[in-house]
Amino acid sequence: QVSAAAATFPQRVKVVEVGPRDGLQNEKSVVPTAVKVALIEMLAAAGLPVVEATSFVSPRWVPQMADHAEVMQGITKLPGVSYPVLTPNLKGFQAAMAAGAKEVSIFGAASELFTKKNINCSIEESLERFSEVMSAARAASVPVRGYVSCVLGCPYEGKISPAKVAEVSKKMYSMGCYEISLGDTIGVGTPGSMKEMLTAVMREVPVGALAVHCHDTYGQALANVLVALQMGVSVVDASVAGLGGCPYAQGASGNVATEDLVYMLHGLGIHTGVDLQKLMDAGTFICNALNRRTNSKVAQAACRL
Amino acid sequence: QESQASGLPQYIKIVEVGPRDGLQNEKVIVPTDTKIELINRLSQTGLPAIEVTSFVSSKWVPQMADHKEVMRGIERHPGVRYPVLTPNLQGFHSAIAAGATEVSVFGAASESFSKMNINCSIEESIEKFEEVAKSARNVNIPVRGYVSCALGCPYEGNITPAKVAEVSKRLYGMGCYEISLGDTIGVGTPGSMKRMLEAVMKEIPLSALAVHCHDTYGQALANILTAIQMGVAVVDSSVAGLGGCPYAKGATGNVATEDVIYMLNGLGINTGVNLYAVMEAGNFICTALNKKTNSKVAQASFNTGTI
Repeated sequence: QVSAAAATFPQRVKVVEVGPRDGLQNEKSVVPTAVKVALIEMLAAAGLPVVEATSFVSPRWVPQMADHAEVMQGITKLPGVSYPVLTPNLKGFQAAMAAGAKEVSIFGAASELFTKKNINCSIEESLERFSEVMSAARAASVPVRGYVSCVLGCPYEGKISPAKVAEVSKKMYSMGCYEISLGDTIGVGTPGSMKEMLTAVMREVPVGALAVHCHDTYGQALANVLVALQMGVSVVDASVAGLGGCPYAQGASGNVATEDLVYMLHGLGIHTGVDLQKLMDAGTFICNALNRRTNSKVAQAACRL
Repeated sequence: QESQASGLPQYIKIVEVGPRDGLQNEKVIVPTDTKIELINRLSQTGLPAIEVTSFVSSKWVPQMADHKEVMRGIERHPGVRYPVLTPNLQGFHSAIAAGATEVSVFGAASESFSKMNINCSIEESIEKFEEVAKSARNVNIPVRGYVSCALGCPYEGNITPAKVAEVSKRLYGMGCYEISLGDTIGVGTPGSMKRMLEAVMKEIPLSALAVHCHDTYGQALANILTAIQMGVAVVDSSVAGLGGCPYAKGATGNVATEDVIYMLNGLGINTGVNLYAVMEAGNFICTALNKKTNSKVAQASFNTGTI
């Protein structure tokens, strides 16, 4: 049996930066449009190939993302960089198109209870809603990224079976999502459960179409990412400065910090295209704007090698 | 057995360094009673080894000035080991007089670090440790050897795996039963951990190796995972992630025991340690130090009210 330690890593990893959307959405302070725009531009300038810009969701539900059209129209887009936006339904999709979006994301979940509590319908019903978005996106030649939440555990259901994650991932991939981002929404996963889940999903979705979106609520994110890389996953989501707490655990952390992820990837000799110093500058910028300390350990460490 | 199928060790020994390494790097001087209480609480968690204190001159390390009182004051649980640091023969004698039954010596894989830390070369430090090891052997006291800067040095930068292997071999050769490889400034990543361990494993049996990872750059758990994937079965950690980094103001240091155990539990690896009990000990010392825990597991658990 080949030991995991002997496994090779991908040569390149695509880092998907979710700070401006997932990160800010879970931060208490509402940030001015100009700050969001500047943050997105700094992140793209740091070499990140994908920067999730905003969410076309009703401002009643997510006040932080109320300025979605302004943000989308305000950013100067760099060639070669994608700026996907969340579009939970057809209305949001149309608004995103009108604002100049070229890529969208939809959010599914591997837990019935989570889906019910979050968007008040079943998993099946949520996928039906998304099919409208999928059709419209296909007609407009707009790529769609699919997220699956609760892949390693659910705040309501507890354990989630790998088979369920594989089933939902397969459906979303078959609907036309070019990539499926598997989210450990409450950060409870460990390398063993990550491996088990990916093994099941990889039977249904090619590994090249998979991404992991690990939360660091229990400090497990980088270890979980490491295992995913060992299994051939080469797309990893992260949030600059580790922005975005966990809505299910007051005061706990949420997203893994992009700086800490990039530090690990570069240490492994994996190419990301990201300039760590510029990334840290973007982190410093947004933390000042939010008047909060960074969640990135790399950013906290003063010593340089 | 899940861990067996994955090629990982079935059991991992956790060496708790909070009371020594952790507190030594905390600014607030902790009263003797609090130290004793912490160690007594940790003794009830199932931890097999708890580093108690350091028999070093109180001039250099004021936090450890009460080493005799702590050593004499703690309750010793059967089956739990209570090693103490003894940088030289004088410290060793003092430790034995105070009732210590296991000691540790600290080497480094970096000449500059050795010089800056203990004002002598690696070779000179080894000579001192040999005196300790010899005396320890005479009275049947086990000695654990630490190698600092195994993945990088605050002064020299890169450290060659060969150098780490060389120093480890010297310590093992003089009779240390276990060598704890320390990523002192936390700069290591899984790649450098792997390369370093490959070099050291050529000289030292796997069963005599431990890793002591710092989380200064958030890499500790990924590095520990890499080590255990290679068969290392002893991991050092510090309750509540006590102990900052003396080389990076405001940065973190030791990896939190709670977070390590959470990962090992999730992997189906047996440690014998009760995670809740460790979290409670962590809560105790953080309250005493008036600081927030560095453990993410503790942060998440105490805030949801569920564990």
